[in-house]
Amino acid sequence: MKGPESEVLGPLRGHDFASVEDRIGGIVLARKAPRAWTAGIAVALLLLLGFLYGTTYLLAVGVGIWGVNAPVGWGFAIINFVWWIGIGHAGTLISAILLLLRQPWRTSINRLAEAMTLFAVACAATFPALHLGRPWLFYWLVPYPDTMGLWPQFRSPLVWDIFAVSTYGIVSLLFWFVGLVPDLAAMRDRARGRAARMAFGVLAMGWRGSAEHWRSYETAYLLLAGLATPLVVSVHTVVSFDFAVSVIPGWHSTIFPPYFVAGAIFSGFGMVLCLVIPLRRLYRLEDFITDKHLDAMAKLLLASGLIVAYGYGMEAFMAWYGGGTYEVYAQTNRFRGPYAPTYWSLLVCNVLVPQLLWSRRVRRAAWALFAISLIVLAGMWLERFVIVVTSLHRDFLPSSWGMYAPTRWDWVLLVGSLGLFGALMFVFVRLLPMISIFEVRASLPQAHVERGREGGQ
Amino acid sequence: MPENPDRREFLRLMGASMALAGLGAGACTRQPTEKILPYSSQPEELTPGEPLLYATALTLGGFARGVLVESREGRPTRIDGNPLHPASLGATDAFAQAELLALYDPDRSQVVTYLAEIRGWSDFLGAARSVRARAKAGADLRILTETVTSPALAAQLEELLAELPRARWHAWEPVSRANVNNGARLAFGELVQAHYRIDRADVILSLDDDLFGCGAASVRHARDFASRRVPEQPGRMCRLYVAESTPTTTGAMADHRFSLAPTEVEDIARAVARGLGIEVAGPAPRSPLADAIARDLWRHRGRGLVAVGEPQPPAVHALGHAMNDALGSPGTTVVYTDPVEASPPDPVQSLRELVRDIEAGRVQTLLILGSNPVLSAPADLDFAAALRAVPLRIHHGLQVDETAELCHWHVPAAHALESWGDARAFDGTSSIVQPLIAPLYGGRSQHEVLAALSAHPERSGYEVVADYWRAKLGGGENAERRFRRALHDGLVEGTAASARTPRLRPDLSLAPDRAASAPRAEGGIELVFRPDPALFDGRFAANPWLQELPRPLTKLTWGNAAIVAQATAARLGVEDGDVVEIARAGRRVRAPVLLLPGQPPDVVTFHLGSGRRRAGRVGSGVGFDAYPLRTSDALWSATGARIRRTGARVPLARTQEHLTMEGRQPVRSGTVAGYLARPGFAAEAEPSPPPAHSLSAPFAYSGHAWAMTIDLSVCTGCSACVVACQAENNVPVVGKEQVLAGRAMHWLRVDTYVEGTAIHDQPIPCMHCEQAPCELVCPTEATVHGAEGLNDMVYNRCVGTRFCANNCPYKVRRFNFFHYSGAEPEIFALRRNPDVTVRTRGVMEKCTYCVQRIDRARIQAQILGRRVRDGEVTTACEAVCPTRAIVFGDANDPEARVARSRASPRNYALLASLGTRPRTTYLASIANPNPEIES
Repeated sequence: MKGPESEVLGPLRGHDFASVEDRIGGIVLARKAPRAWTAGIAVALLLLLGFLYGTTYLLAVGVGIWGVNAPVGWGFAIINFVWWIGIGHAGTLISAILLLLRQPWRTSINRLAEAMTLFAVACAATFPALHLGRPWLFYWLVPYPDTMGLWPQFRSPLVWDIFAVSTYGIVSLLFWFVGLVPDLAAMRDRARGRAARMAFGVLAMGWRGSAEHWRSYETAYLLLAGLATPLVVSVHTVVSFDFAVSVIPGWHSTIFPPYFVAGAIFSGFGMVLCLVIPLRRLYRLEDFITDKHLDAMAKLLLASGLIVAYGYGMEAFMAWYGGGTYEVYAQTNRFRGPYAPTYWSLLVCNVLVPQLLWSRRVRRAAWALFAISLIVLAGMWLERFVIVVTSLHRDFLPSSWGMYAPTRWDWVLLVGSLGLFGALMFVFVRLLPMISIFEVRASLPQAHVERGREGGQ
Repeated sequence: MPENPDRREFLRLMGASMALAGLGAGACTRQPTEKILPYSSQPEELTPGEPLLYATALTLGGFARGVLVESREGRPTRIDGNPLHPASLGATDAFAQAELLALYDPDRSQVVTYLAEIRGWSDFLGAARSVRARAKAGADLRILTETVTSPALAAQLEELLAELPRARWHAWEPVSRANVNNGARLAFGELVQAHYRIDRADVILSLDDDLFGCGAASVRHARDFASRRVPEQPGRMCRLYVAESTPTTTGAMADHRFSLAPTEVEDIARAVARGLGIEVAGPAPRSPLADAIARDLWRHRGRGLVAVGEPQPPAVHALGHAMNDALGSPGTTVVYTDPVEASPPDPVQSLRELVRDIEAGRVQTLLILGSNPVLSAPADLDFAAALRAVPLRIHHGLQVDETAELCHWHVPAAHALESWGDARAFDGTSSIVQPLIAPLYGGRSQHEVLAALSAHPERSGYEVVADYWRAKLGGGENAERRFRRALHDGLVEGTAASARTPRLRPDLSLAPDRAASAPRAEGGIELVFRPDPALFDGRFAANPWLQELPRPLTKLTWGNAAIVAQATAARLGVEDGDVVEIARAGRRVRAPVLLLPGQPPDVVTFHLGSGRRRAGRVGSGVGFDAYPLRTSDALWSATGARIRRTGARVPLARTQEHLTMEGRQPVRSGTVAGYLARPGFAAEAEPSPPPAHSLSAPFAYSGHAWAMTIDLSVCTGCSACVVACQAENNVPVVGKEQVLAGRAMHWLRVDTYVEGTAIHDQPIPCMHCEQAPCELVCPTEATVHGAEGLNDMVYNRCVGTRFCANNCPYKVRRFNFFHYSGAEPEIFALRRNPDVTVRTRGVMEKCTYCVQRIDRARIQAQILGRRVRDGEVTTACEAVCPTRAIVFGDANDPEARVARSRASPRNYALLASLGTRPRTTYLASIANPNPEIES
């Protein structure tokens, strides 16, 4: 155990239990936030305002303000939904699967990744409701004993989505919160203001760090990790059913579940890198989130990217091998049709550019990594555009073929959802320790020498 | 509430009740406050909820088409064909369907105006009295009408002309029969009218004659043609050759379609005539093609037919008459009668005389009845300038249009559904037009306006019409009975024009038409003018149903385009939507081009009637006006025009962009020979997969099993079904922007595919799949399967995920992206079908197989204690179809027509390989080409 830990956490030079708490907890307890934080949240709130404006207009007038039309019934809203849900995958993967696989380097990034997951799921969850023709009736998709005696139509993948996404959201929230409890107690103890002490105190739920507490905590956390692990696979599998269950060429495909899961992890790691790199710089957290962390995440990005690339290859191969008129056309329409530029750019973003990560130098260059992860995020969004739009716009009967063009309101909601995500993220880093204090402390060399003092406050 | 509440109690109760009030206002739909009044005396024969049908007639270009109008509690709500009427036989065209909306159009003029100020009818009567007084004293009064077939109106006019010494009657009709009439005069030396009996013809040659397009007899022609296109009776299949200068629905039905420049049609006519052994003066180039047609016609002499269209010059009409004479057609496939028109037979000549007289200062008063010559008169006559020179100008029409704008007086016209009148069909059969509702906007009929000029200015339209017909029907008790009978039947028996046997003039020279024989200008293009398939001559421009109707073949809505061939577009370097400028004789028009397969090269087709300046909120400024290029010497085609690109672009609101089948086979077609060799070729091309294994037994459909077949052999693509469906099912109009965004709402669309020279039309309603992909994916059970096989929509359960529309392989589902029905004028609520839910925003909708009609028939059958019988349920599209291509019924009833057509070997399901098992199936299109002609 000691070997790999100290290898990863090598640069934690000179830190002891107190300094870890000072550095991480200090970010939250500092009176003044850095100027970059203020500027960042201002931009995010501005975009969020746009989101609210777009949503209000949407609710007042109807989904007709978007570019959706007769052959292309789904547009940006569903693309954004799938994209955000995909991004939301990294958190649970890092927290749960890496915990079970005993990858200790996760401790520096799991808190951030989990928060990112929650916020991404929140962003994602807005879209399926907003994209409805009558959004105020969204709860009809939820099984509840209504006076009409009607249940949802359980064969519809949209109903499965409701279960998959809400389960994922709830489990992720619990997992994140349980992981926060010891740190909340630490913050409670350090906070000077009465309000902050009260707030942290309530949230810490009476944590005193007793051995009994720790025992319960460890068990609960492990159980939750076990519970969350299948969700990493299930959510995007179910989301892929929205497409795979249909008859539309380009959607009707058995490869979709694994292909979607890989894509989700791919974009999730992209987003984690995207957040971690600037935050590390802003709060000078290089001691905790080291280049080795980035290197490990870059490797995962590359690996999941290769699976995604395999998915693209198999999709094309199966269409050709199956030889069905419509399937072959759906594929050639991606290569050569009116939306071909989106297909080729997604290949560049998701397949070509990540190959740079084979180089150790690139993996260790934070800004290169940041650029690559941005490109991957754009590529994954394009992938969903290609899946949703190019499959629908030319399906079976040439007479009903059409084109899709987003309107400015489509863009307002896409950019606005970034604002929502950003605002939540900025609020999070200001109010809660973004790195797990107690887990970092537990991985200090001192923790292994003086086990008895672990967690003692 | 307790007796003496303390403050606490009071606040508690107030709080609770306000919260409840808030809930009530927020959560429930508020009902508007309305007073409802019962009938103080129940109208006769009216049962609330039960529709009543009245027979009447609607005119197009002056000729009557008989209709049955459905009235609901006094409101006309739908129009069907009159089965007894010779021009209808139970079907209608799209125009007749859309007249319903024209009736309610809130942009119709609503008041009498003088110099744009509001006046009363009595003021107009006063003005009319002084006009009459002056006319009696010898002042020039001119009356300009459209084509008039109305016997009562003609009688009124003749009486007036006899009374007033210097009164004269002119007529102007932009889509008239001038060439037809002049051709008949040229051939026979007298005015006779030719009627085609297509049901008797074995071989038909159409020379630019849009037999099934928009015309007085098009519905009848289509029906007659369809009766001879039953591939199951291969011996009776007729053969249709069409030589046309722009693709039409008639050309789409042809076994051999020749796409020619307008001037080239005469060449082929002369060549065929020579092949028939007719001596034609002047050159007649030989062509193996023409010889083959001639041989085919000759083989079927006595049962051959040459039909020449109005766009061709009189010389070609004379050739046509000569060919029919040589083939022995008169009496069988061609019937000659007295002319049916009462107005001057050559409107161009008539209008020219009027303009000449105005310019000579000889016209003191001009009364314009219905016509809109400022829009539609030939450009070289400059009617607007002439009109301004008339001292007193009176206009009577449905709208304040371009002509009304320049007139002193404007009198709002009553719609045909709200006034008395009469009209004759193409064959002369008279119909009495009866009102279904009192004038909504205080309009007056033409009879009343003419009466105002007569000795009895207060005579009502009813008195004029009823007196005329009672006298005509012999007077007395018997006449009253016959009058009532005529009203009931929708036609006056025995009024068809009497048959004639005219003789060809012995000195008939059959010389080529002067204009046509002129060599084609080098580098110039030929222009073709045609009535718009939806707006006709522009009179329907204010009608949103027709504006939004995808035109046959081009699928263009909301506007028109310069239709060009691919080769022409490539030469000019333009694509769909690129604006070109067309110049001819000093006049210029800018228009976006539309590439249409089958268009002859270097020929530009314009549909008239768009680009109107004054056509209400709906029609003003939509499309471009082609009339400025149309001159009196080139009404239908013109040579020597110049075209250049401008670089501008205008988006074309088309509902179908791809006219090719892309290697798929939605339409399956063959020839008679191929069909006889392999009757089941269509279904074999795409077999259904075997039923999927299922744990539950498949549903048996032991009751009714509703199904529809559509015979592609006879569908002309006329699109009357599209408007009929819109009227029946309260389908909203969405406007040009929404059509451009791909959101047209028509529940039924007509797809067009071009395959070589062949054009196929395919109406696509909901397929009502037994294994419907839409039902599986709906999360709220808003689309479910009925026990009789209907794929039902539950509007109030729909939340609008649009998953069903995505998963529909036929893309027949339509979504209310906005609150389209709420955007319609309030008065349109009157014309809505009360049996059909009006859909709100955010709800999916689609073809229901007219479930309301099924339910009505079921209720009737239950009252009678029996099953619904075949023919008791007709869908709106089926009822309107001129060719009876659409058949609906119970597939479980072996005697039902639909069961029989489903049993045809031609029957195939669209996208059968998906295993959806559609209830709507198609009968393959079978052509009957001449084996001697390759292509």
